[in-house]
Amino acid sequence: MTSTARDDMLSGGFANPSHASAHAFRAAMDAMARPGTIHQVTGATPPKPLSVAAGVLILTLCDPDTPLWLAPSHDLSQVRGWITFHTGAPFAALATCAFAIGTWSALGPLSAFPAGTPEYPDRSATLIVEVADLHAPGTRLTGPGIRDTATLPLPDRASFAANAARFPLGVDLFLTCGAELAALPRSTRIG
Amino acid sequence: MKGSEAADHGPGAPALTRQEWLGLMARAPGRRLAELSRASGITAPFAWLRPPEIGTIMIRGRAGGTGAPFNLGEMTVTRASLRLESGQVGHGHVQGRDKAAAEWAALIDALMQTDRAPAIATAVLTPLAQEMAASAQTRAEKAAATRVEFFTLVRGEDQ
Repeated sequence: MTSTARDDMLSGGFANPSHASAHAFRAAMDAMARPGTIHQVTGATPPKPLSVAAGVLILTLCDPDTPLWLAPSHDLSQVRGWITFHTGAPFAALATCAFAIGTWSALGPLSAFPAGTPEYPDRSATLIVEVADLHAPGTRLTGPGIRDTATLPLPDRASFAANAARFPLGVDLFLTCGAELAALPRSTRIG
Repeated sequence: MKGSEAADHGPGAPALTRQEWLGLMARAPGRRLAELSRASGITAPFAWLRPPEIGTIMIRGRAGGTGAPFNLGEMTVTRASLRLESGQVGHGHVQGRDKAAAEWAALIDALMQTDRAPAIATAVLTPLAQEMAASAQTRAEKAAATRVEFFTLVRGEDQ
């Protein structure tokens, strides 16, 4: 019976979309504004392997105008079905996506994603990276939104430093783990 | 609302296809749909998959029915999705901002996939279809009454 798979796809959205997405947007905005801080979010129960935080970000940020690329780790029919039912976001190739979702190893090199143009640096991708841990001792971060220093456990320091060096071009990243999220905008200096 | 779901029939599937009853409820006046549903006393425990929400959709048309498609304009629609405790999923799309009608449409869509389908078709869908056919007929008759036949009298200048 296919109804079980279909059930997973259809359930798990926000119970009260306007309030839940406003709370989640606030958390995402605070995380981006203060890199290194960790925020709790709730409200979504997406199908595996999506984490709660990644599901909340998708429900809050994605809509029919934001092409989405799923890394091989997350490119599963139940994930596609869930995103389509709840957001209507189209699926696109890596080179044209506005959002990309996956584990760090599945996403591949950051330089492959749209980094914007000098005239329109906002035409870049935002990556939602599923990580195993946000609280481990990590890399030192400095830059806008950080009073002294902050730390985040980054999977690959060199690629993040290269991404920051391309400012104002580059990609912005959300790191998600369970119901927690943190963000790393391109303006943050690594190390 | 994939096309493949249109093939889903519950036990005792009625003469109407899922596409037909969804289309009927989408075109019907929301007030009548709600009245008929309330009067028939349909209830079933369910959980929301998508609570009723209001949005717009782009209506596309083709000039003469065969030309290139163009955007005719946006219209307001209300949609809702729910799942019965017995597992059937129902989707409702109705015109306008009528959340109650969208809920009824979704509930009826879900129940039409169960063995209660014949009762619901008799109580709600058949009367609704008949009323809409009658109103379309009345309108067509009124329009036909104003029909003007043009005759050209040959006056002979061209000959």
